[in-house]
Amino acid sequence: MPVQYYIYLCLTLFSIGIIGVLTRRNAIIVFMCVELMLNAVNLLLVAFSKMHHAAALAGGQPTAVGIEGQIFVFFIMVVAAAEVSVGLAIIVMMYRNTHSVDINFLNRLKN
Amino acid sequence: MSTIQILFFFLSALAIFSAVMVLISKNPVHSVLWLIAVFFAISGHYILLNAQFLAIVNLIVYAGAIMVLFLFVIMLMNLNADTEPQKHVWMKLAGAISGGCFLMVLVSLVRQATDMQEKSVLMKEGDIGLIKNLGKALFSQYVVPFEISSVLFLSAMVGAVVIGKKD
Repeated sequence: MPVQYYIYLCLTLFSIGIIGVLTRRNAIIVFMCVELMLNAVNLLLVAFSKMHHAAALAGGQPTAVGIEGQIFVFFIMVVAAAEVSVGLAIIVMMYRNTHSVDINFLNRLKN
Repeated sequence: MSTIQILFFFLSALAIFSAVMVLISKNPVHSVLWLIAVFFAISGHYILLNAQFLAIVNLIVYAGAIMVLFLFVIMLMNLNADTEPQKHVWMKLAGAISGGCFLMVLVSLVRQATDMQEKSVLMKEGDIGLIKNLGKALFSQYVVPFEISSVLFLSAMVGAVVIGKKD
């Protein structure tokens, strides 16, 4: 499978995430779109890791080239899990204060 | 057209369709369910790439833990389509246009990049995605970042409790 197909797929998913962040006002949906963008990046990292592995295999003896990409994806998932727990706590606190999840509430940070 | 290609295009179409449905669903619970469909499609892609460990971790961590957390919060707040805040239609149009411009610029960039021409991805072969090899790399070469991530988890847990508790 050409690597460009994977790049196009991941770019599309990432752009859908960006459009969601720009067009929705519900804080939880915005957060979910950020997760979508993280997943698009993860998929692209794995595809590139397999691309480098294919190039290394074609060069000669079997190697572990490209395993760093998958380790990176693992750490991105770890950080995303930590980020979600703190972010959802912030959204719950915001909801308790305003009884709304409208992201425009955060404009008040400037006062 | 081989089986791998059919599976690739089916999973890609499923992922993109579900991602669009996440955007246009009015009800937040439906958005969460469509996002779970996206994660299942991406896990299918990982299995196609023979990254078995990441496929399982993606299912357990994202579709299992994170999405359940989202569902809990949405149900705690009793959100539904009626309480959904709406942006002005011009703002929505501007957001969609800027996202589309971003996509167009990047796609044209990738089409011109000579680095990416005639490179192919190794499907269903290669053993770097297996648990054995990833575990060896994780616990020898990358053991310090692994331990630091456990500290990160501890601080995230403490932070979530401190932010979320009533005072």
